[in-house]
Amino acid sequence: MNIKKILPQLLTLLVVILIFGFFSYNAQVNMENRGISFGYGFLSQESSFDVQFSLIEFDGSHSYFRAYLVGLLNTILVSVIGIIFATIIGVVVGIARLSNNYLINKTAAVYVEFFRNIPLLLQIFFWYFAALRALPLPQDTEPMFGVFFLTIKGFFVPAIIWNNLDIFIYSIIAAIISISFVRIYARKKQENEGIQTPVLSISIGLLLILPILSFLFGGVDASVEVPVIKQLSQSGFTFEGGIKLPPELISLALALSLYTATFIAECVRAGVQGVSKGQKEAAASIGLTPNQVLKLVVMPQALRIIIPPTTNQYLNLTKNSSLAAAIAYPDLVLVFAGTALMQTGRAIEIVSITMLTYLSLSISISIFMNWYNKKIAIKEK
Amino acid sequence: MFKYLKQLTSLVAMVAVLFTFTTETMAAKKSKTLKNTQKKGFVRCGVSQGLPGFSNADAAGNWTGVDVDVCRAVAAAVLGDANKVKFTPLSAKERFTALTSNEIDILSRNTTWTLSRDADIGLTFVGVNFYDGQGFMVRKNSGYTSVNDFKNGISACTNLGTTTELNMRDFFNSKGISYEPVTFEKADEVVAAYDAGRCDTYTTDKSGLAAQRIKLSSPDDHIVLPETISKEPLGPVVRQGDSVWEDIVRWSLNVMIEAEEYGVTSANADSMKTSDNPAVKRLVGAEGELGAAFGLDNDWSLRIIKQVGNYGESYKRNIADTGILPDRGPNELWTKGGILYVPPAR
Repeated sequence: MNIKKILPQLLTLLVVILIFGFFSYNAQVNMENRGISFGYGFLSQESSFDVQFSLIEFDGSHSYFRAYLVGLLNTILVSVIGIIFATIIGVVVGIARLSNNYLINKTAAVYVEFFRNIPLLLQIFFWYFAALRALPLPQDTEPMFGVFFLTIKGFFVPAIIWNNLDIFIYSIIAAIISISFVRIYARKKQENEGIQTPVLSISIGLLLILPILSFLFGGVDASVEVPVIKQLSQSGFTFEGGIKLPPELISLALALSLYTATFIAECVRAGVQGVSKGQKEAAASIGLTPNQVLKLVVMPQALRIIIPPTTNQYLNLTKNSSLAAAIAYPDLVLVFAGTALMQTGRAIEIVSITMLTYLSLSISISIFMNWYNKKIAIKEK
Repeated sequence: MFKYLKQLTSLVAMVAVLFTFTTETMAAKKSKTLKNTQKKGFVRCGVSQGLPGFSNADAAGNWTGVDVDVCRAVAAAVLGDANKVKFTPLSAKERFTALTSNEIDILSRNTTWTLSRDADIGLTFVGVNFYDGQGFMVRKNSGYTSVNDFKNGISACTNLGTTTELNMRDFFNSKGISYEPVTFEKADEVVAAYDAGRCDTYTTDKSGLAAQRIKLSSPDDHIVLPETISKEPLGPVVRQGDSVWEDIVRWSLNVMIEAEEYGVTSANADSMKTSDNPAVKRLVGAEGELGAAFGLDNDWSLRIIKQVGNYGESYKRNIADTGILPDRGPNELWTKGGILYVPPAR
């Protein structure tokens, strides 16, 4: 009886192993025939190329492994920015689509239909090449608030130079910890005595006061470095100092968030509409305010519907960020599966590492979102 | 009696071993790539995605250029018709993988011959069909007249996955200039970004600069700086491990250069059969048995010269007459002050 159950599974497993074995054997034989060596030793070799934008210090004297890290961090950076903005835009547009106001409703609908029906690569090209050409040259730019410079060569923003940055960070951590204690206390008080505590204003107060104290007594000091225009040639200029956000990063983040936001908006709309009308009416009938209805009754139920498909969108966004290679944003694909692959010729090694990396990134996002989904799921008693 | 039998067996064994050895070398002569090409009826050739003068497709999909002519020469030699070529446009990133994974049989795509490419990744370079070097293009109104005018913070646009990226670093490092490399996968995107003002300079092989300049919105507003910062010998590449095919491609190119040296052109090739010069007669197949060494007939080189022309004709047709680089520079014959010098075809 058991054999009947196990045998097909064993056979499937065997077939899978055989297929993998065949492919790796085939690759091995072909590489041997063509005199291609195999190995991961190249990762420690000197990379001898530079990258235009990286979060960690990098130049050609660093190893290929560090080049991999540079690409990975850039991929994570653009994905995180994209996810944050896509979520904000998505939630706003999704709720706007449910609005009774005709203009808001239709504007949101047009936005969703327009952006989700144009291929992402075209949108990236549009934001990079078309929008880039419209930006001013460094010498023609008008500063925003006197310190921000949006130019064709990038967005130059002031940098903050910190003294004793660690103490400042500790003060913020301390503030966050005390806020969580306040919340626990407030909940207990409400459960026991039915008195509500103004948690929000206390939290904001803590977040302001503790860092200010660190400035006054902790020796924390911050000065601002404003970008300054610099002449390169008779007609060419750039900015020096401050932080430079390359136009490639901006266009990519913009394209990714605007595109993914349309899908998230639809998830949000589906989630809210998925909560039955009776729930809202029942909540209203026991005297909850419209805000409380949304916060305490509708959203907790809607989120259960919203989270799983939104997780897919986060995964898509992360994977889509690999289109960066088309517009010179130095992400994992451009730096590692591009330049490093070309310079070393280690196609199989590099492509396998890159695939594993995207796999791990996606699985991490999945695990986090599943955890969050479980946390907000209705706990049946 | 048994004594003789033993000797006889060893003799038979020896003959057998010798026989297998000879049949094996005969089989090796008939190269696998050559056999496949003749069976398919066309040469599979990897080219660029559009570099005027080297490999560029017109509106009708006809490919022209000096790199294209190498593949056409091979087709003329092994298939008898220079038009029996299937061109595959490849990005710099894809090119070597396409060759090693058997999608193409010749890579003729302005590819620089370097030690690591030749030795490490299963490729063999067969020769040089264009001697090039890396240069810089800048806007005329920048006032730059030399690379020595470059200042810290300059941004440079270039192609991804090329020797250009490495040379650029070596160059800026040696000058102690900090720079911003902006690398794109496709040449068209590099040109668009440079044209938009994203970069102060566009750097690649000088032939490439000359060819891509035509694509800018106002080509006359840009100049190529005089300095050359690297050696870029460009040439066709084949897979490692098929030495007969390697020889066919190498000598198809060499024959074109040698034909120019001896004044054999597509127009006069037939009449050269009666030439007094044995070297010329060998080139047009009237003397010697040169083709047999590759398993080809004796007219292989004559077909190359008649259908594709000699190197000078190819250069004039594709690079000089199109206004890309009218001056042949180092790509002139050694007898005329250049460095084109090929081993004799004999």
